[in-house]
Amino acid sequence: MTVESKAAAVRFDNVTKAYGDVVAVRELCFTVEAGKLVTLLGPSGCGKTTTLRLIAGLEMATTGAVFIGDEDVTRLAATERDVSMVFQSYALFPHMTVMENVAYGLKISRLPKDEVESKANEGLALVGLAGYGERLPSELSGGQQQRVAVARALVLEPQVLLFDEPLSNLDAKLRRRVRDEIRELQQNLGLTSVYVTHDQEEALAVSDRIIVMNEAIIAQEGTPRDLYEWPADKFVADFIGDANLISGEIVDINGETARVAFGGVELVLPHRDMSKGEVGVAIRPNAVKVSTEPIDGPSINGTIGKAAYLGGHMEYTIETAVGQLFVITTDVLHPVVRDAAVHIGFANHGVSIVGNDVEPTHDDGK
Amino acid sequence: MNRTVALWLAVGWVGFALLPWYAIEDGFWSFVWLDGFPTDADYAPGIVQAMGHGRLWFLPIGLALVAPFAVLWRDKTTPSFAFVLQAAGIFGLAYTVVQGFAIGIQGWEYGFLVTLFGEFGDRQFGMGYGALLTSAAFLFLLTRGMAARGIVKGDVFVVGSIGGVISLVVAFIVFPISRILVSAVQDNDENYAPALFFGKFLSTKIWGIDCLTSNVGCGVAWNSLVMGILVGAGTAALGLAFALVATRTGFRAKKLLRVLTVLPIITPPFVIGLAVILLFGRSGAISTFLEWSWGIEPSRWIYGLPGIWFAQMLAFTPIAFLVMIGVVEGVSPSMEEAALTLRADNWKTFTTVTLPLMRPGLANAFLIGFIESIADFGNPLVLGGNYDVLSTEIFFAIVGAQNDQGQAAVLAIVLLSFTLSAFYAQRRWLGQKSYATVTGKGDSGVHILLPKRLKWLVFGTVLPWSVLTAIIYCMIMFGGFVKTWGFDHSLTLMHYIEAFSVTTSEFGLVWSGAAWNSFWTTLEIAAISAPLTAAMGLLTAYILVRQRFVGKDAFEFGTMLSFAIPGTVIGISYILAFNVPPLELTGTGVILVICFVFRNMPVGVRAGVAAMSQIDENLDEASLTLGANSFLTLRKVVLPLLRPAIVAALVFSFVRAMTAISAVIFLVSAEYDMATSYIIGRVENGDFGLAISYSSVLIVVMLSAILVIQLVVGKRQLGRRDPEQFSAQRSAA
Ligand SMILES: Nc1ncnc2c1ncn2[C@@H]1O[C@H](COP(=O)(O)OP(=O)(O)OP(=O)(O)O)[C@@H](O)[C@H]1O
Ligand SMILES: [Mg+2]
Repeated sequence: MTVESKAAAVRFDNVTKAYGDVVAVRELCFTVEAGKLVTLLGPSGCGKTTTLRLIAGLEMATTGAVFIGDEDVTRLAATERDVSMVFQSYALFPHMTVMENVAYGLKISRLPKDEVESKANEGLALVGLAGYGERLPSELSGGQQQRVAVARALVLEPQVLLFDEPLSNLDAKLRRRVRDEIRELQQNLGLTSVYVTHDQEEALAVSDRIIVMNEAIIAQEGTPRDLYEWPADKFVADFIGDANLISGEIVDINGETARVAFGGVELVLPHRDMSKGEVGVAIRPNAVKVSTEPIDGPSINGTIGKAAYLGGHMEYTIETAVGQLFVITTDVLHPVVRDAAVHIGFANHGVSIVGNDVEPTHDDGK
Repeated sequence: MNRTVALWLAVGWVGFALLPWYAIEDGFWSFVWLDGFPTDADYAPGIVQAMGHGRLWFLPIGLALVAPFAVLWRDKTTPSFAFVLQAAGIFGLAYTVVQGFAIGIQGWEYGFLVTLFGEFGDRQFGMGYGALLTSAAFLFLLTRGMAARGIVKGDVFVVGSIGGVISLVVAFIVFPISRILVSAVQDNDENYAPALFFGKFLSTKIWGIDCLTSNVGCGVAWNSLVMGILVGAGTAALGLAFALVATRTGFRAKKLLRVLTVLPIITPPFVIGLAVILLFGRSGAISTFLEWSWGIEPSRWIYGLPGIWFAQMLAFTPIAFLVMIGVVEGVSPSMEEAALTLRADNWKTFTTVTLPLMRPGLANAFLIGFIESIADFGNPLVLGGNYDVLSTEIFFAIVGAQNDQGQAAVLAIVLLSFTLSAFYAQRRWLGQKSYATVTGKGDSGVHILLPKRLKWLVFGTVLPWSVLTAIIYCMIMFGGFVKTWGFDHSLTLMHYIEAFSVTTSEFGLVWSGAAWNSFWTTLEIAAISAPLTAAMGLLTAYILVRQRFVGKDAFEFGTMLSFAIPGTVIGISYILAFNVPPLELTGTGVILVICFVFRNMPVGVRAGVAAMSQIDENLDEASLTLGANSFLTLRKVVLPLLRPAIVAALVFSFVRAMTAISAVIFLVSAEYDMATSYIIGRVENGDFGLAISYSSVLIVVMLSAILVIQLVVGKRQLGRRDPEQFSAQRSAA
């Protein structure tokens, strides 16, 4: 592969974008290191697309500055930035063949003719579409169109490559495959990429780092593992994977850890700079042990509300003194029946303190 | 080095230092100035005017053209880049315009300048190439500076286009119209005389209501209003009837109805009036027949309101039909089906559900008919008799013995306020999609058939009317082949020979027919203005659909405004505005082209907006992120997808340039006469044979032009993709 990477870092310095009264993103600060893939994750309308378009130059920041590499590009138009984008709708030019689409940016940059051709061919080969050059986009399947869009962006060897929900039009199987292909290409070529999705599984699978956004601001940023295991607040805990959110109290702080009391038990967890008093506790559904027998270590009592067999695992809803807990166990051979009294214990991972003032949840964990 | 800045600096210096600053008397394309250039005071470029002819007021322009060199090599993100360009651009442009207005043929143009600075020893004429290029350079340096500040996403081409369109609209719509307002409060020696204005404005000639009590005619404003209301109501009703026949009955010849909608587009409006005279005039076919069979004395009853109404109904009903067909189809079938299940019969359903839902559409058709009617000039001119209306009175105030510009301006203001109110009402009430039942997908019901009574009613109206229309067009096509209409009906080619004969002489072909001169001029002007109109309209549409910026609403209103400005008002305003420096254009072909471009621009804008809203915006953005600037994007991505809209805009502007009469009649000159004004002249001399044969030639020419344009522009699209595949792909994506 000869597509060369000129990967550069992207930096947002206090960037705000407002459309009239609507603030689409507020005072964003973050950095995407060169050669890394960072995902923007968040619910609909939180400002992901806007952030991406700010990088591309399709929107101009209202205040703040955008840097690509060391250059301040805040006021540069899209054309003048070395950034390519793969659109959600692919945006393949319907009046041009696949080849013409892929060669478009190369021709515009006035490369010599033979170079245009060889690069475009390489790009197509790279996404496994060699030989499809003469077709029109309308004669390709959804996944193929998607790959043409990637090839078209790639061949320009951009400093930054942007993806806006590139997989949302594909079916579940194809999604998984194309997502892996994108990640592999990105890693092999060392491209700086920013990737938007609202599918948390996709985000966990492809990212070096994830930026979780909520209502125009960054809720938390970190590696997939950080976010899953140490969500900063209730929103992140709930958004990335399921979580049972209950309230507890820090009774003692000792070095890096704190003793948290809830429902009559005490657990020792990293305190994460919380002070004594009321806190929230996020418990992952798979961090809960369920047994009809008494359990070693701290445990609370509960009654099974619902039990569902899902082939690979069991799902339970359990009524306890601290509220309803949603629990997943892989023990499908010894299911617990409805209304049974159970003992509930907690694993070392998957339970974390998440900030004060969390209302106990009474939903079924979804 | 910044390429855009370098380009416009170069243009600016060419304009300031190399080309004649003032307009060349002998026309835009004349090159007499090469002789005596660059020292002759009439032909010298700006810089020589300043140095060699003591016109020192040119120096600041030079300074403003020097300043941008300071930032030519500066990076565009440095603040001084934007600042210097904007400052130089604004100052240069404003200064050039102001000096153009302040110093005229007799020195200072305004009294207060004389009192301030004393008499001015020099004078100057209208601006020419040099001034034009220099101003353009200032404008685009200014927009380059604004783009550098990140306005409209920092897009140089888009900011430049917006600046360009705004400047042109200001220069050729806003400025002339405001000249009318100024003229209205001046006497004929250009002194401020507001009393005169009120006298004229309130005169009984305009507002008199004597006709209610005695036998005298009413004021022209009332005449216009009555005519507009009658025609608006008539066309809306008839349009509805046609639309009902086309969509709600099993009528088979629907294709024919479609043909009907094309006819008025290619027919100069007054030609219908002509045909009406041939039918119902004193010696008209039907009048003669009635006299022969019933002994009814032929009279001049057709001249006046009945005739105008009749001709305008024939001319404008197809437009109402086009509006109403969308409305009728837009009424959701499920509403009607709901009414049927609630035990209403067809008649009740129609009167209580369908008709009320169509009310906004009817109002829309009415307003359009109203505007068209009171703006119409040709029909009242040939059929008016003693029934004076505003549009014709404006004309007579200027060309008649009175030559009273103030009077014309006052009448124009009255007419303009009528049309603008209607235009405003139309956009205000109806612009916001009030057809509440157009629901998009999932509406698979079937429309009710018309109730019996109504069915007979609409057929009873539509069929005779269609027959009448057919007769009228036969009249137009064959009327030119008889010797003297009404007296001598022997077949002859003499009118065609008189108009279009070609003889050979020792010098080759001689176009000796009387019509050739105006015919070629018309073709030339229409052919030049059509692509300009289309380009201007599509560019504006692109800006409207694809860009967001402060003041976009005002921008849109300004570009659509000329739709509501009657041609006669444009005509008079152009005369007032462009007869004197700084833009002296009257009597040239250029003014005709400009007039057509700005009058027909709304057509191009609409076609463009409709088509462009259907193209996924991501396509543009993809192209931008791939490194194409927006000009390349427009050319390589948007335009190829817009072929049908381009065809529509070209056809419309070409054809409208050929059929227009109202504005044109003020602007033609001996050298640049247009077909329509020539024909009207013949009609006024009673020379119907030649007029009608010339008209039918025009119609045939326009039909062929439509076909040719469609073949040329539409070709590539046919070769490669069909639109259905296209939309299927888009919806799949
Ligand atoms: N052109 C615009 N004008 C006004 N408001 C806008 C515009 N574009 C976006 N917004 C608003 O800005 C906010 C963020 O929009 P954005 O498109 O970035 O959301 P998103 O995170 O991409 O959502 P989704 O997952 O649904 O695509 C939303 O509240 C949206 O309504
Ligand atoms: Mg989005």
